[in-house]
Amino acid sequence: MTTTTRPDERPGLPAHSRSFGARLAAGAATPGGAVYVLVLVLLVSIIISNPNFGEPGALIRFAGRTAPIAIAAMGQYYVIVSGEFDLSMGAVVTTQVVIAGNMAGDDSSQVVPVLVLMLVVGALIGLVNGLVTTLLRVPSFIVTLGTMLALFGFLRYRAGVAPAGNPVDEFREIGRGGIQDVPVVEVIPYPLIIVVVLATLAAFSMRRPFGRSLVATGDNPDAARLGGTSVWWVKTRAFMISSLSATVAGIILVGYAGGRAVGQGYEFSAITAVVVGGVVLGGGRGWVLSAAAGAYALELLFVLLTVLHVPSTWRDSVQGLIIIVAVAASARVWQVGRRGGAPPPTTEPDPINDPINDPTTDSATPTPPTPGTHQGEHR
Amino acid sequence: MRGRSAGLSSTAIVYLVLLATTVVGAVLTATVGRNFFSSGNISAILTATSILGLIAIGQTLVILVGSLDLSVPYVVSLASIIGGTTMAGESGNIVPAVLLTLAVAAAIGLANGLVVSQLHVHGFIATLGVGLVVSGYIGTNYQGSSGSAPKAFRAVDEAKIGPVPVSVLIMLALAALAFLMLSRTRIGHHMYAVGGSPEVARLSGLRTSPPVVVAHVLCSVLAGVAGLLLLSRLSVGSPTIGSQGGYDLLSIAAVVLGGTLLAGGRGGIVGTLGGVAIFAVMDNTMGALEVNPFLKDVVRGVIIIAAVAVYARRNLQVRPARFDRSVPPAPAGSTPPPAQEVR
Repeated sequence: MTTTTRPDERPGLPAHSRSFGARLAAGAATPGGAVYVLVLVLLVSIIISNPNFGEPGALIRFAGRTAPIAIAAMGQYYVIVSGEFDLSMGAVVTTQVVIAGNMAGDDSSQVVPVLVLMLVVGALIGLVNGLVTTLLRVPSFIVTLGTMLALFGFLRYRAGVAPAGNPVDEFREIGRGGIQDVPVVEVIPYPLIIVVVLATLAAFSMRRPFGRSLVATGDNPDAARLGGTSVWWVKTRAFMISSLSATVAGIILVGYAGGRAVGQGYEFSAITAVVVGGVVLGGGRGWVLSAAAGAYALELLFVLLTVLHVPSTWRDSVQGLIIIVAVAASARVWQVGRRGGAPPPTTEPDPINDPINDPTTDSATPTPPTPGTHQGEHR
Repeated sequence: MRGRSAGLSSTAIVYLVLLATTVVGAVLTATVGRNFFSSGNISAILTATSILGLIAIGQTLVILVGSLDLSVPYVVSLASIIGGTTMAGESGNIVPAVLLTLAVAAAIGLANGLVVSQLHVHGFIATLGVGLVVSGYIGTNYQGSSGSAPKAFRAVDEAKIGPVPVSVLIMLALAALAFLMLSRTRIGHHMYAVGGSPEVARLSGLRTSPPVVVAHVLCSVLAGVAGLLLLSRLSVGSPTIGSQGGYDLLSIAAVVLGGTLLAGGRGGIVGTLGGVAIFAVMDNTMGALEVNPFLKDVVRGVIIIAAVAVYARRNLQVRPARFDRSVPPAPAGSTPPPAQEVR
């Protein structure tokens, strides 16, 4: 679809121009990299105040517990980096939890068909969001708000017809179970495995033509269109990924709790996590794994507040202050990066900090080209 | 299709939709043997417009300058609490309570506006953040209903002139002021200019911050008035009244339904009032038909999307003539953009 981003067709750019340490420091100074520093700082301060949290078992359980919001944040990232919003995420999570409760009631043979049904429903909601946004040109804020109203209304309407129970235990195992008897950490929760697999896929997809076109579309839709990107289809796929990630989050959350309260406010939590991860609202800037890291940073912050005995009612206020500070800081940094003439070669620096695909991919593909170089080639 | 729709202003379309909704509503209400135009029903519809109307007026200003306000529900709750606790049932406290409430609301709006304009934070995040801060404050300090409104203050909501409730008159008066501000004053014109294109506005010699700050302050003050009105209706201050109403998203929906561009720079108060009225008529009709209250949300969601899709189509057809230099100029006289009146 896009031949724009094939690195091998260009005169060779150096893969990187500075030493590993210098690039690491430069990466940590961008909003997308700073979130990893934030995660480390928070983790260290929690362990200092409460050493129990530092035990491998406790850490791994925390990582598993935070998986759903991290998955939702990664899904929301796709929509935000393409320059749109997905407010229907929380409603999708709730819908999926209710579907699981109603359809996989007590028959364990139903688990797989219900999972397939949930994924199909998720993909359909995303497809509708995407098509109405792109083809009917309704702002995504309004489209997904409408989807949210419609889904919540429908769920509450159905509430009078069929009560939402909990699905069979086999289904709930996905969210609450794990691989037992692992040395050191006792148990590896399934949600953690899911989030690692999805993060790997996400990081990979953002290096594919799809990911490149998505970021280009968010940065400048006109330029992306002129460059041969099918903007509507790229964005529609982003919405489908967002709804599907909300579906996966719902599948995991069923393991913890059932009912209709699950998932409410998830869209704002996911957007907050994405923004804390240094992704710019309006599109075109940011890195998918930073979105997941943003979710972990946020949850660590809440743990820290609990450890420090801050009343839970202040959580909202702290969250509010954090997102304002995070966005204000990242707005400043991105702006400085733009003014400083040629941007540093690491516009998306996080592969450095990313333990999953750093050693293999970093040498194979050079650092992603900046939007400016894209356009220059195709004008 | 093209020629006809380009000749209509978006406000005209909004009011055509309102007319259609009213006719359909009246017919449907008649089929269940009730009179849509009875004075009781009319005044019920009007009352339903007052709260959302006040908030939507403020939201219109904020959206016109290219921002958003998601903090309104918390401002509404906080206003009802501060008003209620300050009055504490004493008629003598009404004036100081109202002044204090509006001052607090203005301070929240000032915070919103400064974060948006000085720190360059997207309005979505800035107001979500400020809203969360306020929500944390409310949640920490007020668990249940608190305060009480004296009888004299409760009378504000009960009073009517003919079939028209006083609360609606307050809303309409404030709407008229906002309309005059947008159409007659310098700051109003600057709001359109900044919302249309902050960069062009800046290059034209405007200071781009004041319109944004003023819009946010006015929006929060109007939300504060809405909170006071709710206090007068319920006679106690409630910490959850705003978030229960879902006023943030509903007011944005009403503004967009009224033909204002979510991206800013185009639209106005009159359209917003039409949007609010469409919501009220729809709700009333569905109430008369005894539609399940939750299916109402489904209908609402679908209608919002459908209406905006219609406007979006229309804006596409008008826009190239103004913004794309490669296209020959369109026939003059098709809705002069207010942003361009500012020189």
